[in-house]
Amino acid sequence: MSHHRTSRTDLSRYVAGMQKGSERYLARLITLVESESESVPGIMRLIFANLGRAVKIGITGPPGAGKSTVIERLTREARDRKRGVGIVCVDPTSPFTGGAILGDRIRMDRHYLDEGVYIRSMATRGRLGGIADATSSVSKLLDAFGKDLIFIETVGVGQTETDILSIADLTVVVLVPEAGDSVQAMKAGLLEIADIFVVNKADRPGADNLANELTAALHSREDKVGLDKPVLTVQAAHDVGMAELYEAIEKQVQSLRSSGIFKRRRVEQRRNEFIRIVETMVRSSLLSSVDEDAALRDFVGRVEQGIAEPYTAAGELLQNGSLIKALRGDG
Amino acid sequence: MSDKNAIRVLIAKPGLDGHDRGAKIIALGLRDAGMEVIYTGLRQTPEKIVQAALQEDVDVVGLSCLSGAHKYLFKRVAELLREKDMGDVLVIGGGIIPDEDIPYLKEQGIDRIFKQGTMIKEIADYIRQKVDRPA
Repeated sequence: MSHHRTSRTDLSRYVAGMQKGSERYLARLITLVESESESVPGIMRLIFANLGRAVKIGITGPPGAGKSTVIERLTREARDRKRGVGIVCVDPTSPFTGGAILGDRIRMDRHYLDEGVYIRSMATRGRLGGIADATSSVSKLLDAFGKDLIFIETVGVGQTETDILSIADLTVVVLVPEAGDSVQAMKAGLLEIADIFVVNKADRPGADNLANELTAALHSREDKVGLDKPVLTVQAAHDVGMAELYEAIEKQVQSLRSSGIFKRRRVEQRRNEFIRIVETMVRSSLLSSVDEDAALRDFVGRVEQGIAEPYTAAGELLQNGSLIKALRGDG
Repeated sequence: MSDKNAIRVLIAKPGLDGHDRGAKIIALGLRDAGMEVIYTGLRQTPEKIVQAALQEDVDVVGLSCLSGAHKYLFKRVAELLREKDMGDVLVIGGGIIPDEDIPYLKEQGIDRIFKQGTMIKEIADYIRQKVDRPA
């Protein structure tokens, strides 16, 4: 693995190799989108025409709820139906050392040698919100690789892990009786993000109660999208209820499509992503031109000296065209 | 967006022995040294280990074996890595490995065997130096 910048010809070679089915090139491209940000635009340009086929399923919920085991069992169901599966497991990077233990693969042992399954572990690398910055790009690579289904397992701290909505077509929230009552789920915003609820480890006391509470809570909400959100009780480790869960997911994907929500979500995801990209580009271009461009320097100087009020100065900068000129590099 | 280039290490236990406390301690120690450590659990075949190394695009494969079958298992992992065009991946090992087996393992492509009692810092420093990536 090199730390010099990857050339454009190398990128084309990797993408071509990946599209011919090479997992090795896919693996290398994933490493690049994780660690070499200047390669990302080139890679995304090359795979753009092959995106949009895979269905992306987010799996979220508190630690120990059994997310990895649920994914392992759903993968079996998918493989029985001859579907190609990509799995992205996100675990937290230690804020103290920058290191991470990525241990979700342990539960997926049985799929290691199945050519139809690609598993990749990712660390959050500083991002909060349940996924890594590169998770979206990684799921696109798996889509372009030709996978039918992509499971994305979030970190699983259970609260405010809503970033998965920026990637997933459908989100499954996995809970366990021990995780507390449904009030916990309401606090965490899980009622809003779930398309399907799973109460796992349903052989333990309190499972039916939790499922009933969730159902009641869902029905009392006036749901904006008018989507029926099923609550299923399963025992993933004992393979109880998993075929039913797989079928519920398929059915929910159908409902999302026929109601237009599926498409609407993707439209919104693309829009948000685009705005984020523009934001990032403008920001980096602004930072690099702020000391070069005469007009910009003048504005910044007056703000620095406390002569100009910053909101007024920023407004003027946008109004009189100095910012656009500076960003274009012709100021 | 800043570039975040972490060293990725797969820690794997080939073969049939049922103890992974040592492997877990190494995994934690390398995490504390700032690496991303993928841990795959007990009783892995060489084929599974290499497939995981490939999909995870790791820089290092660390093997731990207590059962005595290291001569076959470590060799097979190194062999499969070369077959998959992953000969540049650093392979290191540990566990209960008699001194007299070490030259053989090195010939087979195991870069280094760490003896019992090795400090994790020594392993981390070795990996960093070999992978040639800033900490």
